[in-house]
Amino acid sequence: MTGVVISVFPFYWIVVMATNTSQDIYRYPPKLWFGDHLLTNIQHLFDKMAFFSSLSNTVIVAVCTTVLVLFFDSLAAFAFAKYDFPGKKFLFGVLLSMYILPTQLAIIPQYEIMVQLGWLGTLKALVVPAAANAFGIFWMRQYTSTSVPDELLDAARIEGAGFFRLYWHVVLPCVRPALAFLGIYTFIAAWNDYILPLVMLVNPDRLTLQVALAQLYAGHSTDYSMVMAGVLLSVIPLVLVFTFFARGFIADATKGALR
Amino acid sequence: MSAGARRGPRRRVAGYWPQYLAISPYYLIFSVFMLFPVLYTVFLAFQKWDGIGDMHFVGFQQFRFLWDDPVFWLSVRNTLVIWVLSTVPMLFMALVLAVLVNSTKRLTAFYRVALFIPSITSLVAIAIFFGAIFSNNFGLINAILRALHLSAVPWMSNEWTIKLVISALMTWQWTGYNAIIYLAGLQAIPSELYEAARMDGAGPVRIFRSITIPLLRPIILFTVVISTVTGLQSFTEPQVLFGSEAATNPNSGGPGQAGLTTLLYFYHQAFDNNDFGYGAAIVWAFFLLILLIVGINWRLVQRKERRS
Repeated sequence: MTGVVISVFPFYWIVVMATNTSQDIYRYPPKLWFGDHLLTNIQHLFDKMAFFSSLSNTVIVAVCTTVLVLFFDSLAAFAFAKYDFPGKKFLFGVLLSMYILPTQLAIIPQYEIMVQLGWLGTLKALVVPAAANAFGIFWMRQYTSTSVPDELLDAARIEGAGFFRLYWHVVLPCVRPALAFLGIYTFIAAWNDYILPLVMLVNPDRLTLQVALAQLYAGHSTDYSMVMAGVLLSVIPLVLVFTFFARGFIADATKGALR
Repeated sequence: MSAGARRGPRRRVAGYWPQYLAISPYYLIFSVFMLFPVLYTVFLAFQKWDGIGDMHFVGFQQFRFLWDDPVFWLSVRNTLVIWVLSTVPMLFMALVLAVLVNSTKRLTAFYRVALFIPSITSLVAIAIFFGAIFSNNFGLINAILRALHLSAVPWMSNEWTIKLVISALMTWQWTGYNAIIYLAGLQAIPSELYEAARMDGAGPVRIFRSITIPLLRPIILFTVVISTVTGLQSFTEPQVLFGSEAATNPNSGGPGQAGLTTLLYFYHQAFDNNDFGYGAAIVWAFFLLILLIVGINWRLVQRKERRS
């Protein structure tokens, strides 16, 4: 029980801070219960940062990354799981061994590539590199090889379906549960990413939520109520998405770890 | 087999075009945005480059400088201290939590969600929250200390408390996640084993040490490796907490540079000072250090396994 309280307490306290004035929080002893200043704090927040522009940047990055990852990874996973082709073992081995390379090793040249492509400061600089996801291919391949029946594929082949029709009409419906986990996982990771947006989004009015919040905290560190209203608004969508899918998501996340 | 039907020596590879097409997006993006950059970083580590002007080949000079750079070693020390201060209590508490949750039958679904939520919350949000409650003057923690008639602690300005705050943050974020991993492992242990041990007269401590721990060992190994890799890469926490000082103050990473982790130092050198060559040298040295530590960890846990 204590563990649960400690896990959840910060969310309670973020709401307490976001609904009171900074004076109430700084007062001694501090106020421990919700106040009624949430709307004024949000108003201050909107005055200080372009909240909706940051939010829409974040949503665009997270949605585009997720869609690309789901499409590319399930397609590649189908080829790896159900076909033999020359070089398959080698290519899959490359994929697995590259999985351990930390992204920081690549970030300086990535920055330079974005400068050359003219993508620096645009959301493409975040979405395109994230679309190559080795974990996703590995995860989808495991699922596809066990959950897509070969008989079903053969039956469709006899009716003349080629690789891509098999993918669209047979494989995709079968792998939906695995796609759901990979989708939420990718969405959460893209929503929370910090170092890449920090480096790539050089234009101060085109930031993602995480970078905008961090700058807000650094710039006006005294008005905690306002900053906490921003933290609250940035955390709520993710917690909602997560709790909606929590059951299957946690089971799949542990499965990935125990494999 | 639509592909195999047109067999023939020359069409062998060409006949597989749908498969190659299907896997090509990953390899294309990976080659351009990951493989090439990683190799290029090796090349950069031997160049002096500010990102705009010409590159100058300097050989091992930057690694020699790195070897003598006190700030680099300070950052390595900070990273290691923060990693130990967070990983050890994190994994210990996770194990205790998992055993406790495993012994209750009620509300387990709720416990899981509550324990998992910290690990999906953004680090920036958590760092801001910890910055607020550990604030020297107005923080909740100091208010509680004063209410208990204890003296307030300047959390954000002392060399050790800065590391403690960062470690506490990481511990809070990942304890529940590890507990759920352990819980899944615990539930895979057959209950007959416990019954047999109890029949032989073993107490709960004896059962925990002789049955639970040995059977969980592969999972513990997994969590140790994952926590090491993520723990050593701490960047967002100190960057958000002490980022404002970085631009103007040479003491980047907070007072006394106590929160300057190696990745934060790398970021400052590469993107604040535009010293891309030195940044590349730092990040490669750091990667080798991580490999070394993971290797040592692996051997330690493996050896214990052999002994028991």
